[in-house]
Amino acid sequence: MSRPNSLLYLDGVSVSFDGFKALNDLSMVIGPGEMRAIIGPNGAGKTTMMDVITGKTKPDTGEVYFNGVVDLTGEDEASIAELGIGRKFQKPTVFESHTIWDNLELALKGPRGPFATLFHRLSAEEEARINELLKVIRLGEKAHELAENLSHGQKQWLEIGMLLAQDPKLLLVDEPAAGMTDAETAETAELLKDIAKTHAVVVVEHDMTFIRALGVKVTCLAEGSVLAEGSLDYVSANERVVEVYLGR
Amino acid sequence: MMTSFLFRTLDAKAGVFIAILLAVIVAVPCFNLLVPETSSFHLPTYAVTLMGKYMTYALLALSVDLVWGFCGILSLGHGAFFALGGYAMGMYLMRQIGTRGVYGDPILPDFMVFLNWKELPWYWYGFDMFWFAAIMVMLVPGVLAFVFGWFAFRSRVTGVYLSIITQALTYALLLAFFRNDMGFGGNNGLTDFKDILGFDVQADTTRAGLFATSGLAVLICFLICRAITKSKLGKVLVAVRDAESRTRFLGYRVEHYKLFVWTISAMMAGIAGALYVPQVGIINPGEFAPANSIETVIWVAVGGRGTLVGAVIGAILVNFAKTWFTAALPDLWLFALGGLFVAVTLFLPKGIIGIAGDLMKKRKSTPSKETNDTSGPSATKTPDPEPAE
Ligand SMILES: Nc1ncnc2c1ncn2[C@@H]1O[C@H](COP(=O)(O)OP(=O)(O)OP(=O)(O)O)[C@@H](O)[C@H]1O
Ligand SMILES: [Mg+2]
Repeated sequence: MSRPNSLLYLDGVSVSFDGFKALNDLSMVIGPGEMRAIIGPNGAGKTTMMDVITGKTKPDTGEVYFNGVVDLTGEDEASIAELGIGRKFQKPTVFESHTIWDNLELALKGPRGPFATLFHRLSAEEEARINELLKVIRLGEKAHELAENLSHGQKQWLEIGMLLAQDPKLLLVDEPAAGMTDAETAETAELLKDIAKTHAVVVVEHDMTFIRALGVKVTCLAEGSVLAEGSLDYVSANERVVEVYLGR
Repeated sequence: MMTSFLFRTLDAKAGVFIAILLAVIVAVPCFNLLVPETSSFHLPTYAVTLMGKYMTYALLALSVDLVWGFCGILSLGHGAFFALGGYAMGMYLMRQIGTRGVYGDPILPDFMVFLNWKELPWYWYGFDMFWFAAIMVMLVPGVLAFVFGWFAFRSRVTGVYLSIITQALTYALLLAFFRNDMGFGGNNGLTDFKDILGFDVQADTTRAGLFATSGLAVLICFLICRAITKSKLGKVLVAVRDAESRTRFLGYRVEHYKLFVWTISAMMAGIAGALYVPQVGIINPGEFAPANSIETVIWVAVGGRGTLVGAVIGAILVNFAKTWFTAALPDLWLFALGGLFVAVTLFLPKGIIGIAGDLMKKRKSTPSKETNDTSGPSATKTPDPEPAE
């Protein structure tokens, strides 16, 4: 796929930390509305790739384009979020001393400037949207409890809820099923598939059952670059993939 | 619209605080001016002035709590904004002296005549007018804070590093204001004030008026701080305090938020300084001392960070203790203050307000959902019943 009709376009991206190449000439293209699963061993650079896309880390070399035209390397975190890229972190990060409700309210799409928020009053639509999201992430009962009291899995869901509230064009979801029971993992896969009907999603996971449940194109990263790309069966049949990742 | 913005977030507890504050604002001048001196209920004027001074400290503490308690910016330099507001007011008071100074010069303050200056420096123009000085009281600290914050927050200086450069800021100003050629009276500062808005600064009625004004300033700034912290912007501030980088990934421009509260807070500190100066009768570079700013942070910690009411209570209680200590055991005050800070940090992380909140919760055997609005940093943790409205 060429750059103009891509949603996310990475070409030749390299990032090194003190000489260690976390990303090494990484190239990948995500199409509009596509869902992509990313697998790969620990330290392969999956999280670093998300850092580069969301503006947390600047690449040493390479191109990162959103919507085919916007050069993301020149933007900071806030403007990238405003462009429509949302992110769920590997270690679930929610606002612990805020309630579930407030976490969602903060994430909710809307003007982000200080004066807009100073005089903001929650509209009926916003309230309805938050209630709807609470149902989706099954935290309706706990809406007015503090996020710090949630279990690990619930925090994961809350963060997914916040992503939905942001309503980005592209969702980057880093290990959503970590710390979940099998049943919860299956539910999370269903939830993400549902989300993928209306959004482009890039999801990183180690759980192969989860990846299989998604049933989408898979990219395997290793040592900072793409090792194999294709259907899960195709990728898992790849000798190198078996060697560095699946076979261990 | 402004009034609804200020008042819509008030609840019962804030109401109690406001009622007590209003009662004090009315009662103190009454016991001073209306009760005859012979009565044992008479409040001497020095006590009125002392309480007026505490009120200005309370306002300073409020301004520190706004940035530290809610946005996590630990300022160790708020004394600078306080002192700048104080100097702006001091300049107005100096120019009111007129020919009543020792040298009788109608324009130049005594210290300038003494230094053989022939003309008023340009930056003293306009300070003969109260309205101009009143604007400068907020504008000077506000602009300094804005410029400082613009650079610091954009370069993402946070935590200890930010605290250290705020100390450096106030220390640099301390050194600058010590110099005679700065034109602010050097070492001696500005003093020997005669009157303010035509009223004798020494008169009982003026003192009572300054006390009441200081109390009202605390009240108004409390309402403003509360409206800010209870708004959606306030929620963003707490989000920044707890997980700054996460807030950026939601699309909030953290530096703008910090700059906003930082500047507002500096202006409040400036107002506090301006009300302080006519009551104590002097402003000198000592007010820029880094230790002053640190002391303010201790008041807030003692009262309860991130609670607003706690800042006011902490400032007043610690300064009561200081007044008592420095009279009874002057050498021990610094040790007492240090000990207090350590004790609060170790045993009362939520300050006095925190204990009060805990006690109230214990007394209510059936813990209802709407308890502890003002307890500790959890003022921000309170289940917010608003959305259901
Ligand atoms: N800020 C940093 N400074 C130094 N090294 C880093 C930094 N961030 C990541 N790394 C290194 O870069 C490599 C890639 O890390 P990354 O977190 O992207 O891996 P990952 O594929 O997400 O692994 P995992 O499956 O364990 O989450 C690792 O070896 C890590 O130690
Ligand atoms: Mg990772």
